[in-house]
Amino acid sequence: MGFVISQSEQEEIDRWLLKYPPHQKQSAVLPALKIVQEKNGGWLATEHLDAVADYLSLPKIAVYEVASFYSLFDLKPVGKHKIYVCTNVSCMLAGSETIVGYLERRLGIKMGETTQDGCFTLKEAECLAACGGAPAMQIDNTYYENLTPEKIESILAGLNG
Amino acid sequence: MVNFEINDKQYSAPDGTLIIQVADREHIAIPRFCYHPKLSIVASCRMCLVEVAKSPKPLPACATPVAEGMKIWTHSPCACDAQKSVMEFLLINHPLDCPICDQGGECELQDQALEYGKDVSRFTEGKRSVKDLDIGPLIKTDMTRCIHCTRCVRFGTEIAGMRELGATGRGEHMEIGTFLEQTVDSEVSGNVIDLCPVGALTSKPFHHKGRAWELQQVASIAPHDCVGSHVYVHTLRGEVMRVVPRQEDSINEVWISDRDRFSYSGLKSPDRLLKPLIKKNNEWVETDWDLALQFTIKSLQAILEKEGGRSVGALVSPSATLEECYLAQKWLRGMGISSIDHRLHRMDFSCDSGGPSPCPTFGLALTELENADTILLIGSHPRTEQPLINHRLAKAARKGAQIIMVNPIQYDFNFKVAAELTPSGGQLLHPLLGIMNALLSQKNERPHFAWLTPFLKNTVSTPEEKQVAEWLGRGNKKVAIFLGLQAQAHWHASALQLVAEALALFCQASLGYLTEGANSVGAWVSGVLPDQGPGGISLSEGKGLNAHSMVKTPLPAYVLFGGVEPEFDLANTVAARRALSESAFVVAFSPFRGGMCEQYAKVMLPIAAYTETEGTFINGEGRWQSFNAANPPPGEARPGWEVLRALTALCGGPGSLYSRSEEVRDELKHIVQNVPSVTLPSLEQRFRRIEPILSESKEGLRVVTEWPIYRVDSLVRRSKPLQDTAASPLFRARLNPKTASLYSIKGENKMRIRREGEFECILPVAVDKKIPENTVHIASALEGGGNMGQQGAVQVFLESNKDA
Ligand code: SF4
Ligand code: FES
Ligand code: FES
Repeated sequence: MGFVISQSEQEEIDRWLLKYPPHQKQSAVLPALKIVQEKNGGWLATEHLDAVADYLSLPKIAVYEVASFYSLFDLKPVGKHKIYVCTNVSCMLAGSETIVGYLERRLGIKMGETTQDGCFTLKEAECLAACGGAPAMQIDNTYYENLTPEKIESILAGLNG
Repeated sequence: MVNFEINDKQYSAPDGTLIIQVADREHIAIPRFCYHPKLSIVASCRMCLVEVAKSPKPLPACATPVAEGMKIWTHSPCACDAQKSVMEFLLINHPLDCPICDQGGECELQDQALEYGKDVSRFTEGKRSVKDLDIGPLIKTDMTRCIHCTRCVRFGTEIAGMRELGATGRGEHMEIGTFLEQTVDSEVSGNVIDLCPVGALTSKPFHHKGRAWELQQVASIAPHDCVGSHVYVHTLRGEVMRVVPRQEDSINEVWISDRDRFSYSGLKSPDRLLKPLIKKNNEWVETDWDLALQFTIKSLQAILEKEGGRSVGALVSPSATLEECYLAQKWLRGMGISSIDHRLHRMDFSCDSGGPSPCPTFGLALTELENADTILLIGSHPRTEQPLINHRLAKAARKGAQIIMVNPIQYDFNFKVAAELTPSGGQLLHPLLGIMNALLSQKNERPHFAWLTPFLKNTVSTPEEKQVAEWLGRGNKKVAIFLGLQAQAHWHASALQLVAEALALFCQASLGYLTEGANSVGAWVSGVLPDQGPGGISLSEGKGLNAHSMVKTPLPAYVLFGGVEPEFDLANTVAARRALSESAFVVAFSPFRGGMCEQYAKVMLPIAAYTETEGTFINGEGRWQSFNAANPPPGEARPGWEVLRALTALCGGPGSLYSRSEEVRDELKHIVQNVPSVTLPSLEQRFRRIEPILSESKEGLRVVTEWPIYRVDSLVRRSKPLQDTAASPLFRARLNPKTASLYSIKGENKMRIRREGEFECILPVAVDKKIPENTVHIASALEGGGNMGQQGAVQVFLESNKDA
C-alpha cells in the first residue's frame, strides 16, 4: 500500500475536521474523499479509500460504502473531464436522449466510457436540480443548460480537450 | 405505563415500548426482516407495516412506540395490503430457487411469503444477480438472495465490534459484502448465519448436508469454554449436522462462538477411536471391552504394587463431564491412585499447600458483569478464550465501565479499554504490586491492610498504575477482578492469585477465574485435584502430585481421561512428551486416536465425544447444566461415565449401583450440600509464601505461551473448518523490535531458544511491536510446535541461516 495522503490534502481535510466534534471524524468522510479524488486524477483506487479510512480512523468498509454510494465518486480511472448528462424526467421531456446520442457519436464512446485519448468520461446523472434549463449537463464543476448539439460543440471546443 | 389497543384488545406497556415488542410479548404475529431484538432499529425493510388509527399511512411496528390511547390493527385490510405490497417488492429481485437453497424450510422470507405474499407474481422482467464472495471457510454466501435487511452489517458493528461487512452501491446496485474479497474473521462471525433471514449467508460446513425438517434437535451445552452457552445439536440419522445457539438471556443471549458452532466437524475426524485397542509387540490389536478393562486394571495394579501409590498420574480433561470427573476420581482413589488433576495449563502450584484452592468461579453472574463499573482482567484475552465473556465486557464498556487489562502482550480489543498494562518479560506480578502500592498510599482508611506495606518495600508505582488504583479504589463502585487463562498458566500463578485476592479485598471487588475447558468448576467440585476431594474437601492424607509435577519427573504409568493430549494440552509439552514416552504404561480414554498417543499408549479406550454422552457441566457462574446425548457414539465407543462405572465395579467398588448418570450427579450434589465450610489461613500468612518471589530479578528474557483459539482441545484441533480459518497462527517466536535488535535478530532469521537442561528448540522469528520487550511470545499446541517447554526464563541465540 503505497499511497499516502499528501501534506496539502491533509491540511485541507483537517480544516473540515475542525467543523465537527473530535469524536465524529467520520463526518468529514465526504469532503475528505472529494479532496483526495480531485488531487489524484479524478478517481479513487482502493488504496486511496484505505488511506482516507486510516486518516479518519474509520473501518475500511465504512469508507467503501460511502464512496460506492455517491456517483460523484469514481472508483475506476476516468478522463480529464467528466461529463454528467442529466436523463431525469424534465431533461428527458426536453430531449436529453438527443443530447446523449449526440455526445456518444461525437466522442465515439458509450455512456459510462472514457475516450481513447483520456480526455472525456461520459456519465449519466439524475436530476441536477436545473430543470428550469433542461436539458442540462455538468462538466467537472460547471453547469451547462438549454443544450443543443451546436451548443455542445462550442462547449467542447472551449475545453481544448 | 401507557394503555392502547391492538386488534381491538386492551394492552398496556411501559412508555417507549415499540409496537413490535408488545406484539411479540402477546404472541401477535407481525412479519419482519430488518428488526432483531438484539440489534439497533433501522426500519428499512417495511415488512412490519401496521395500521394505526389517525395515521394517514401504515406505520412500521418496529420503529413506532406505543402511545396512550393508540389503536393498532395488525391484520386489517390496510395493514395486509401494505404487507402484501412490500412482499411483492422484496420478491422482485429475490430468486425463486428455494429447492436448492440451504435456507429452504427455515427461511423467514419463504415463511412470510407464504403467509403474507400473493400466489402469483406479476413481475416478468429479469431479476438482478450478484457475484458471490468467498469470505472464509465458515460462511457460504449467495448474495443474489440478499434482501438488504442489514442485520449482518449491524451485527458486525454492534455485537462483533468489527465492521467487516457493509452495504456498498445504491438502490438496485446495493450489495452486501466485504467490498474487497476478504475473510470475515471475528470469533463470533457464525452468528450472521442465524441472523440472515434468507439464504444469503449460510453455514459452509453444513452446505447441502440436510434439510431443516429432517433434522432432530437436542438441547445441549457448549463444550469449549467456561461460559456454558446453551446450544441445540441438530442430527440426521445419528450424525451431528450442525450446532446452533439456544436462547438463554442470562448466559449467551442468542449468540454462540464460532468455536462452539463449528467444532462438531471434529466428531467426524478419521481419527475416531472405534474399538478398544491394546498394544501387543508394538502393534495395535483390537479387543473387546472386558479384556481391555481387565488388562488396564491389572497393569495399573502391578505398577502400584511394585512402585506405590505415587507411581501413577491421572490427567483429566477440564472439559470432561461432572459425572466422568466424579467417577474417575472415585475409581482412581479406590485403586490407590492419588495424583489426579485437571489443571493442565498450570505450572505453578506453590500456593497449594497453603490451604485448599478456591473454587474457580466467576465470582458474579454474567448479567452482573455488564453492569460493573470497573473491571480488572489479569492475564486474560477473553476474545479468544471465552468469546461470549468478551461480548459482555464489550457491553459493559459501552455502558461506560473502565476496563483495565494487565497482560503479557498487547491485544486487539473490540471495545474501549481504559488502560492496558503490558510489563516487559511477561512479569505480570509487578504492575499488580504497583497498583496495590498506589492503593495503599492513597489516603488510607483501611488500616487493617497495613501488614501489606513490608511486602511492597521494593515497589514503586508508575503513573499508569496510580491511575488504575484511582479507578479501582474510589468507593461505591462495582468492581470485578478476573484471573484469566494466562494468569493461571503463568510461572507466578500462585502469587498472582494472592495479590489479586488482596486487591479484591481492598477494593471490595468480586474475584473470579476465567478457566480452561468447559468444566473446570465441575472438576473442582468433583475432586479432580491431588489434594482435594469431592466438594472441595481438603485431604489430610493421600495427597498426590499436581499436573505439573506428574510430568516434570516421569512416572511409571499414566491415565489420560477425556481426550487429553499432553503433548499439546500441558504447560510443559517437552516434559510431557518425555514423561509419557518413558513410562511403562499409559491408558488413554479418548474419542480419538492418532498423534503421539499411538506411540506412548499401551491401551486406548474409545469413549463418547461431546454430543454422544449425557452429562453435566458447571459453568463459571457455578450453574449445574445437565444435557442429554444427541447421537450415539460411533463403533464400540461408550459414554465415559459408563466405562468408569464398569471399571469401579471390576475393582470391587459399588459402581454398578448407578443405573443412570443422574444418580451419579445427585450423589455428588448430596456431598456438596453437606461440605463443612473451611477457613483459610489469613491472607497475611499466605503472603509469606510468596515473599521470595517478590525479590526475584525482573531482568532477562521470558517465554510467554498462549493457546490459540482453535487449538484448545482434541475436538477443536480436529475440526477442519476451524483449522482453515485465518485465526490459525503460524509457529513463530514473536519479539519486540528492540529486543530483536538487542540480539541482532531480524524478521527473516531463525532463533534458538534454550533453557539449560530442559529444552532447546529452533524456530522462525516474527518481529512484532505488540510484544513487550524481553518477551518471546509463542503459540502453544501447534502441529510441529511440541518441542516447546513451559513459560519462563530462557536464553536465545541467533541461529545462523545455513543450518536453519
Ligand atoms: S446477507 Fe442476509 S443478513 Fe445480510 S443484509 Fe442480506 S439478507 Fe440481511
Ligand atoms: S431532470 Fe434534469 S435537471 Fe432536473
Ligand atoms: S421490520 Fe420493521 S421495517 Fe423492517
